[in-house]
Amino acid sequence: MKILVCISKTPDTTSKISFTADGAKFNDAGISFIMNPYDEWYALVRACELVEKNGGTVTLINVGGADNDQTIRKGLAIGATDAVRIDAEPKSALFIAKQIAEYAKSQNYDIVFCGKESIDYNGSEVGAMVAEYLDQPFVSYASKLDINGNTATLERDIEGGVEILEVQTPFVVSAAKGMAEQRIPNMMGIMKAKSKPFQVVAPVEFPDLAVPVKFTLPKEKTGVKLVSPDDMDELVRLLHEEAKVI
Amino acid sequence: MILVFAEATSGHFKKAAFEAVTYGIQTANLLGSQCVALTLGKVENAGQLGVYGASKVYNVANEHLANFDSQVYAAVIAQAAEKLGATVVVLSHTSTGKSLLGRLAARLKAGSVAGVKSLPDVSGGGFKVNKGVYSGKAIATYEISSPIKLVSLAGNEIPLQSTGNEVAVESLDVTAPSSRVKVLDVKREEGIVPLPEAVTVVSAGRGMKGPENWGIVEDLAKALGATTACSRPVADADWRPHHEHVGQTGVAIRPNLYIAIGISGAIQHLAGVNQSKVIVVINKDPEAPFFKAADYGVVGDLFEVVPKLTEAVKKFKAS
Repeated sequence: MKILVCISKTPDTTSKISFTADGAKFNDAGISFIMNPYDEWYALVRACELVEKNGGTVTLINVGGADNDQTIRKGLAIGATDAVRIDAEPKSALFIAKQIAEYAKSQNYDIVFCGKESIDYNGSEVGAMVAEYLDQPFVSYASKLDINGNTATLERDIEGGVEILEVQTPFVVSAAKGMAEQRIPNMMGIMKAKSKPFQVVAPVEFPDLAVPVKFTLPKEKTGVKLVSPDDMDELVRLLHEEAKVI
Repeated sequence: MILVFAEATSGHFKKAAFEAVTYGIQTANLLGSQCVALTLGKVENAGQLGVYGASKVYNVANEHLANFDSQVYAAVIAQAAEKLGATVVVLSHTSTGKSLLGRLAARLKAGSVAGVKSLPDVSGGGFKVNKGVYSGKAIATYEISSPIKLVSLAGNEIPLQSTGNEVAVESLDVTAPSSRVKVLDVKREEGIVPLPEAVTVVSAGRGMKGPENWGIVEDLAKALGATTACSRPVADADWRPHHEHVGQTGVAIRPNLYIAIGISGAIQHLAGVNQSKVIVVINKDPEAPFFKAADYGVVGDLFEVVPKLTEAVKKFKAS
């Protein structure tokens, strides 16, 4: 079984977000970067589990500069077999998906995994785009995936419930919470990661069709209005008359 | 022309479809264009989309559209967009819309923005939209430069506007490939508004001390007509079902009113709820970080405060 896992690098979940004074770029001073949690905890770990059980390989793919190598090495330490980095600045989702699909199309992966979204741009688009470029089925927000031969059974989170689906390989899936449990790489994994195959590939030409041009921070809350715990009628009045939400 | 894909669940529209059509007509007005809606499969009363501004409603009826499969739906919507000469395609930012947006972008070679929260700024012939990024901690303005523009509209951002009348539904002749995804079963919680669609949410955390105490939370939710939610530690401890977990790794919500009971307000929790319009925090610890993100706060013992609030809500609703 051949699996490809798409990973991205994002600011740590506890990061305080700020931008350059002109609002054009993310300010990465003092920010620690991690592998996008959905890519790591759910997609990559489930991919590793499937290969440990059924045999095969897990390849990591990332679109970015050399500053992403540390994040990719962590993925190797968690259990991936090898890694590919497409050496390009990841400015737009369609560009990223095109790069991944170009690499993947000649490799005959059984499953392409990605996280349900990245916690920086929250677009949730790359998986669907890769699936379209590869002309494969796409199951999004999967919280469970089991495979028997070429047939996979998945649970997909939908509003207020789950869908239970069956699909044949090859397909693309985006992983949500529930798919697997976070894995902390051990010392042996970290040592082995250093000698695992790691390729850097040049990108293909492709335009950026939708890009962020300006960032702003939301209006700060003006300060909490405290209501006495003995006067819940007052809270209801404020929610009705002032906030107009009940 | 603005094409809106109005999605239906089991043949019925939800608010998201009407919001998308409202967004579509308002965008059409900015561009001096018109807005038409597309429905797929068997849909009840599709003509009502005219009420929200669609000048035409098209339907594609095909057995392959009975269940949602992003590959089949995207193929049909892309054909419709090309056939009708759409320059902007609007989807809802739901589990369906999110799965379609990327596929359509690849198919139509179009720039796309997921989860937009503003009408486009079309000054100077451009097309710029805002969306939440960094899990709601910031807002980004995106510029789309392709001839066809794709957006999915975040829920609860655009107030519904009825501007017109019901219109006739025309069938549109496009082909649908057969699905390669088999739906074995759909399990839905009946009778509750799903969290991503909820307008009012009552949520509780570790301060509740145990699952046996949730009655007061449910009573308050019932009085408000709200959906219940919980923090991550509560879901991880199996005090509450996992689908109730709101936060960075759980469900991200954007209700009008979010009431947080006994939740300290860790940054990962805030990432899932910070797009709520009004936040009320009830906590006995005045230093709880959540108060900094709240509009209204009550410092007190939740076991006393919550039942009192429920009574006050009931009294208000009865008056």
